[in-house]
Amino acid sequence: MAYETLIMTKQEGFALIQINRPQALNALNSRVLEELYEALFEVDHDDTMYCSIITGNEKAFAAGADIKEMAEKTDKQMERDNQFAPFDHLRKIKKPIIAAVNGFALGGGCELVMACDIIIASETAKFGQPEINLGVIPGMGGTQRLTRAVGKYRAMELILTGEMFSADDAMKWGLVNKVVPAEFLLEEAKTLAKKIATKAPIAAQAVKEMINKSFNMTLDEALEAERKKFNSLFATEDQKEGMKAFIEKRKPVWKGK
Amino acid sequence: MSYQTILYSISNNILTITLNRPEVFNAVNEQMKKELFDAFKQAEKDSSVRCIVLRGAGEKAFCAGQDLKEYQEMKSSMKKMLEEGYNPLIKQIRSIEKPIIGMINGVAAGAGFSFALACDLRIMSDKAKLIQAFVRIGLVADSGSHWFLPRIVGMAKAFEYAATGKDIDAIEAEKAGLVNKVVPQHELEKETYILAEQLARGATKAIGIIKRTLNKSLTLSLDELLMYEAMMQEVASHTSDHKEGVNAFLEKRPPKFEGK
Repeated sequence: MAYETLIMTKQEGFALIQINRPQALNALNSRVLEELYEALFEVDHDDTMYCSIITGNEKAFAAGADIKEMAEKTDKQMERDNQFAPFDHLRKIKKPIIAAVNGFALGGGCELVMACDIIIASETAKFGQPEINLGVIPGMGGTQRLTRAVGKYRAMELILTGEMFSADDAMKWGLVNKVVPAEFLLEEAKTLAKKIATKAPIAAQAVKEMINKSFNMTLDEALEAERKKFNSLFATEDQKEGMKAFIEKRKPVWKGK
Repeated sequence: MSYQTILYSISNNILTITLNRPEVFNAVNEQMKKELFDAFKQAEKDSSVRCIVLRGAGEKAFCAGQDLKEYQEMKSSMKKMLEEGYNPLIKQIRSIEKPIIGMINGVAAGAGFSFALACDLRIMSDKAKLIQAFVRIGLVADSGSHWFLPRIVGMAKAFEYAATGKDIDAIEAEKAGLVNKVVPQHELEKETYILAEQLARGATKAIGIIKRTLNKSLTLSLDELLMYEAMMQEVASHTSDHKEGVNAFLEKRPPKFEGK
């Protein structure tokens, strides 16, 4: 499928999705968000694909939402238009998503990063939730996901000051999995994607589902849900193959069912 | 930007930045800080610059540090002055991925000493002196001296220099490892530019990556450094200068590097 605002290339077991609006520093307008959802939906429904990488281009990962698009709207219009809806749909994506943050990830860009499952950043990446400078707050999950990642006090400071922070700081505060030299960002992300692509696909999706669920339930409820999920996987051929291979001391061959 | 307090000249891929207020021993004022920042920014972007020489104008001084008269008149906060003026310059000198030689043609005092320490290499005139002058006016070392000194000379010597503010002559500077080489005053320029020429003809990208990796090495464990080094070597191996280097070696001729 041909996309206007992004470039998707399918590689060995994973899809590389590059946001491509260089003239706007990859600002996330409705078109980008729609296409991102479409691309990830495509991956979810392609049995040869096991995970995705989202990245930007040389200048930026994504420097915010499209301000011009919404500047003049009233609150009723914002509610009615609900232009972030495609972004909300990203929560339905089942397969793991890796964010490879190569440059500016600000505002909506930072929120897109945090909607992903694993975050790798280049040494030169810059993060931030500067919405307060526009008289608003993060509207795509920033106040929620940043807090869950770095804790109340750090999130308060970052979102109240709206200041940018570095990849090293992001790492220190628990937002980012790994920081690598810029030249190696994509390679690192691809190595990780390839690794995930070799794992049992249904189990991988179950991992994503269960970890995401853990924020919404009490521990007791979550442990019950995890056990239910665990048991359910015993209906899959991959579980039979995985445990058989272990016993027979050989490598498993996954079927994805 | 046209410069009033510094000279900026490129010849044979060597950029010479001269602190040019010899009437006040090349003391640093607000204008000079702005101009230096701009100069280093230009130098970083300009691919024809493959080596930088930082020096003072005249025979007496490399740099005497902050212009105290201006400081008194300004009544500015010290913290602000350092955060907005000096610290960015020190960070620039350390981060530009090109070799920077401090040609210490005369006294380097206070922040002037710090500038010299920030350079990648130092060649010193036998008549010059290095002075951690801060303590002489009841201040403390700034612009990075607390960071550079102990790493070069160890804690005891660093404390001695910073706490006594003594004059460090060329003999002591060389012995302490503060400078790479000491040469007679009249040969300083010649010696400096022989080295600059050598570096400017070198594999500039590789030299820049060496600087970057050495910078990093100070805060990494061995395991982390080994990983980082391997990545950096991969980057270096993709330069055309690397291909030229290997070809030249196999063809038994001197390499002709372009800095790419």
